[in-house]
Amino acid sequence: MAENVTPAVGEMSSPLPEQPPGGEPRLRLRGISKSFGAVRALSKVDFEVYAGEVVGLVGDNGAGKSTLIKVISGVGPADEGEIFVEGQKVNIPNPQAATRLGIETVYQDLALCDNLDVVANLFLGREEVSFLQSLDEVDMEKRGLHVLQGLEVKIPSVRSVVATLSGGQRQSVAVAKSILRQAKVVLLDEPTAALGVAQTRQVLHLIRRLREQGLAVVVISHNLADVFEVVDRVIVLRLGRRVGTFDIKTTTPEQIVAAITGAEFGALMATNGAANDTSGGR
Amino acid sequence: MSDIIEKNDSPEPTEASKVAAFGGPAAEAAAVEVPAYMPRRTIGQLLRGELGFVPVLVTLLIIVAYFQIVTGGIFLSPENLSNLVGQIAYFGILGLGVIMVLLLGEIDLSLASVAVLCSIIMAALSERAGVPAWLAILVALLAGAVIGFINGFFVAVLRVPSFIVTLAGSIGYAGLLLHLLNGQATLIINNPFILAIAGSAQSFLPNVPGVVLPALAVLLYAAGLVVSYVRRRRAGLRTSSLLWLVARIVIAAALVMGAVAVFYSYQGVPYSTALFFGLIALFWLILTKTPFGRHIYAVGGNAEAARRAGINVVAIRIAAFTLCSTLAAVGGIVLASRGNAVASAVDSTLLLNAIAAAVIGGVSLFGGRGSAWAIVLGVLIIGSIINGLALLNQTVDVSEMVEGVVLLVAVTADALVRRAQARTGR
Repeated sequence: MAENVTPAVGEMSSPLPEQPPGGEPRLRLRGISKSFGAVRALSKVDFEVYAGEVVGLVGDNGAGKSTLIKVISGVGPADEGEIFVEGQKVNIPNPQAATRLGIETVYQDLALCDNLDVVANLFLGREEVSFLQSLDEVDMEKRGLHVLQGLEVKIPSVRSVVATLSGGQRQSVAVAKSILRQAKVVLLDEPTAALGVAQTRQVLHLIRRLREQGLAVVVISHNLADVFEVVDRVIVLRLGRRVGTFDIKTTTPEQIVAAITGAEFGALMATNGAANDTSGGR
Repeated sequence: MSDIIEKNDSPEPTEASKVAAFGGPAAEAAAVEVPAYMPRRTIGQLLRGELGFVPVLVTLLIIVAYFQIVTGGIFLSPENLSNLVGQIAYFGILGLGVIMVLLLGEIDLSLASVAVLCSIIMAALSERAGVPAWLAILVALLAGAVIGFINGFFVAVLRVPSFIVTLAGSIGYAGLLLHLLNGQATLIINNPFILAIAGSAQSFLPNVPGVVLPALAVLLYAAGLVVSYVRRRRAGLRTSSLLWLVARIVIAAALVMGAVAVFYSYQGVPYSTALFFGLIALFWLILTKTPFGRHIYAVGGNAEAARRAGINVVAIRIAAFTLCSTLAAVGGIVLASRGNAVASAVDSTLLLNAIAAAVIGGVSLFGGRGSAWAIVLGVLIIGSIINGLALLNQTVDVSEMVEGVVLLVAVTADALVRRAQARTGR
């Protein structure tokens, strides 16, 4: 069963997908709008992420990043717009629906129970049982180790209580948990906020491993240095609109900052051929 | 710069781990688990963690040694020890119930009222209405379960703080039991079946089960440890050392059979003691070996994470309160049997002793931390203080002052541990 969850270890380190990858996106949003009373938080936003790709979702405070993530994770469904998973039109009215579709959101602080050990956390809510409803600790520990190794996570022991782990290790456990839930799309909300330099490195490594395992990864981050290190494409939101998409290889941080803040946007568009704007023209 | 960091925190795959990538689970364990990453811990940190029971145990030993000396050897005599375990069983069972809600970070202040109310329901049915004893006991247990369900409903569904819900319950049920007794101050129990639980000369296990049952429990425990050791070995997972495995079995066997030997040098194993330890073992199994138990710890540790993991938090809370009040009913029945009567007054120390025993034993008031076995150390400490001071002809006033101090120390220790963990946790 564990074999279905993660691809064989030997198949990893495939070359980066072409930018942007062809074929059907793993997850695609079209014309998503959402209002809170008079405030239009999202206005006709399109979004797509492909398998084996890391997309960075950036924008200033209030740009609509969190609202968009809530739409995808089912916490706050959209007012209008369509969502497709692997080409199939779907509805995501609640978080359970998102889980069923293989969309997992990793929140920084809300994901783990500090008082339980790593294995207990990995299988929380879907424990494996053997006879008489007793927990099958051996099988869970084996599967947990398999997934953690696939992510090249290093921890003192899978029986350590999560409270004793570092921030990076905790983040790794939270991500491994989403993989055990057969995730196809993983949303990481500020995965490196509040982490030290070394731990940030660990998490960025983890994100690369997720890409190598063929998952579609969305990283919401304020930290452009991290974004540049790990993502393939950057999608910029500003005031509830998607104002730009950048291929990371042909973009400078200054261009993205300009898109985030809206400074000299038109001038940038004229000079930067790599930016394929989708909604800025409206 | 990045090279240095990589070496420090996420090492490049070494030859060993590259080989491990294609090996079995044994290699996976080696590749993932890096014991060197375990921060070196001071003795103080260990005492706040898995060795947290040691200070409690030392406290108990000091108390026992003190009373043994000042009573001139009476305290540890088999007769007094049998007497002592008889005194602690009923509030130990109540304490076991309170552990269930403490693990969720909740509290149940209605325990004592519920215990007495249920014992009165049993006594009234059996003595006044002539209902068979087993049916009266069953109805009393059901009444406890229903009360617990109501408590849980208010706490989990209506989100009323458990402190208030159960405080209201405590007052209300005390009134209800007065109503049921109909002005009578005490109701004497004559039913031999009910008296046999803890209140008669026959309240001891017969010789054969008295020895066989504890021995069987130890054997099952040992078998469980060995099977788990062998399975983990076969699966290539890390195991604790063989020496530690043997040590645990030897310690368990020595404790259990030693206790049985002490009981038999007086009158044998009391039913109430067997019931108390049987319930502890049962709830320990439920809490540690089933998904339900794990979900209780999860909800107590981080309710939001548990909810997001798909756990039905409301159902877990209601179930814990239901179990708590049902255990209170069991404790009330044992108490009534021991006293050969039920009284209209709820003993004010009953509730406090039960909660104090759980907290002194190491169950956190903040949820998510503690074991079912914690209650044993807690009731032994409280029971020893009460019993020892009684042997010294001290009155309740002294005993309550000493208990108050011990409880305050235990809760302070819990709060300090929690603060220390919050500091080192992230």
